[in-house]
Amino acid sequence: MEIKKTALAGTLESSDIQIMLSQGQGKIEFSLVSDVAKQFGDQIKATIEKVLAAYQIDDALVKVVDQGALDPVIEARAITVCQRALDLVDQPQWEVL
Amino acid sequence: MAGTELLRRTMMFVPGNNPGLIKDAGIFGADSIMFDLEDAVSLAEKDAARYLVYQALQRFDYGEAELVVRINGLDTPFYQNDIKAMVKAGIDVIRLPKTESAEMVADLEKLVAAAEEEFGRPVGSTHLMAAIESAKGVVNANEIAAASDRMIGIALSAEDYTTDMKTHRYPDGQELLYARNVILHAARAAGVAAFDTVFTNLDDEEGFIRETELIHQLGFDGKSVINPRQIPLVNQVYQPSKQEILNAQNVMAAIEEAQRRGSGVIAINGQMVDRPVVMRAERVMNLAKANHLVNQEGQYIEE
Repeated sequence: MEIKKTALAGTLESSDIQIMLSQGQGKIEFSLVSDVAKQFGDQIKATIEKVLAAYQIDDALVKVVDQGALDPVIEARAITVCQRALDLVDQPQWEVL
Repeated sequence: MAGTELLRRTMMFVPGNNPGLIKDAGIFGADSIMFDLEDAVSLAEKDAARYLVYQALQRFDYGEAELVVRINGLDTPFYQNDIKAMVKAGIDVIRLPKTESAEMVADLEKLVAAAEEEFGRPVGSTHLMAAIESAKGVVNANEIAAASDRMIGIALSAEDYTTDMKTHRYPDGQELLYARNVILHAARAAGVAAFDTVFTNLDDEEGFIRETELIHQLGFDGKSVINPRQIPLVNQVYQPSKQEILNAQNVMAAIEEAQRRGSGVIAINGQMVDRPVVMRAERVMNLAKANHLVNQEGQYIEE
């Protein structure tokens, strides 16, 4: 699906993760800031990519600021930002949850 | 009614959009954990909180705690999606805010049942509770408490209630006396649990204990808490004394003895023990176990 508008989800508080999703240039591109990027960077990206794939998003710029979020939190914020970017806030895609 | 004799001394409120508090909510020993999608979440973040609590329910371990979600009210655009998401997540209990009539519970039940079918959850597995936050809710407490077989309890929510009554909260709680008694009677008559309201001044520990002692004396199952620090204080108030435990043990022993002899009559020292005494003894032993005052065989652990 195509991104309708730039969207943001999550906060900069501890244990949270902030994800910004905007239109890309033909592919998924990540910019990741995290104190634990070395150990968990790939895992954080993989979790977000899995959600993007579930929404059939294959063209996006993904800016991520991680504050030590656990995987369920990352997934929840990724779902939120996708729903917002696709302009589907009031229509949760139940099969993605 | 759906409510078995679960201990519900504490129901801890956890803001639904706070990952740090949500991930740790299981470690404080609350009997029930209530994730809040309503007042603790700003309008712009309702969707985010719903997905966060959904993921948490699916994947964090909350041990034995009963898991409750306070959804947004009937009059909000979030109500239906909250219900669907929480039913799909397999929540134990949905708490309806600002309940004023049995119809509101019936409406909720219909949507919950439909969501259970849609997402392949066992029909009837999602329980309900109602928060009573207005004069109208208190007046209708009886029909609300008995509105559905899924009901496990009703709760007083004093901030909205006192505003509706044109008063505010006082240290002695006189302004809540009627509502507390009405809600308690409605709950007992319907066979569901009664939860008392929160105590918001975290610096007034003495006041908190005083209020908890009052609602314990009245007969409430427990109290809503807004901070983990309040949990051990409530448990302390609900803890049975050594004498109560020893008495209860005698009753339990007499029951065993009667069963062994195949007799329906339970006696201690030649005195017949009737049903209320047995029920109270069971509750005392239940509380003693939860407070780690007895071992697994039910023997009192000396200090």
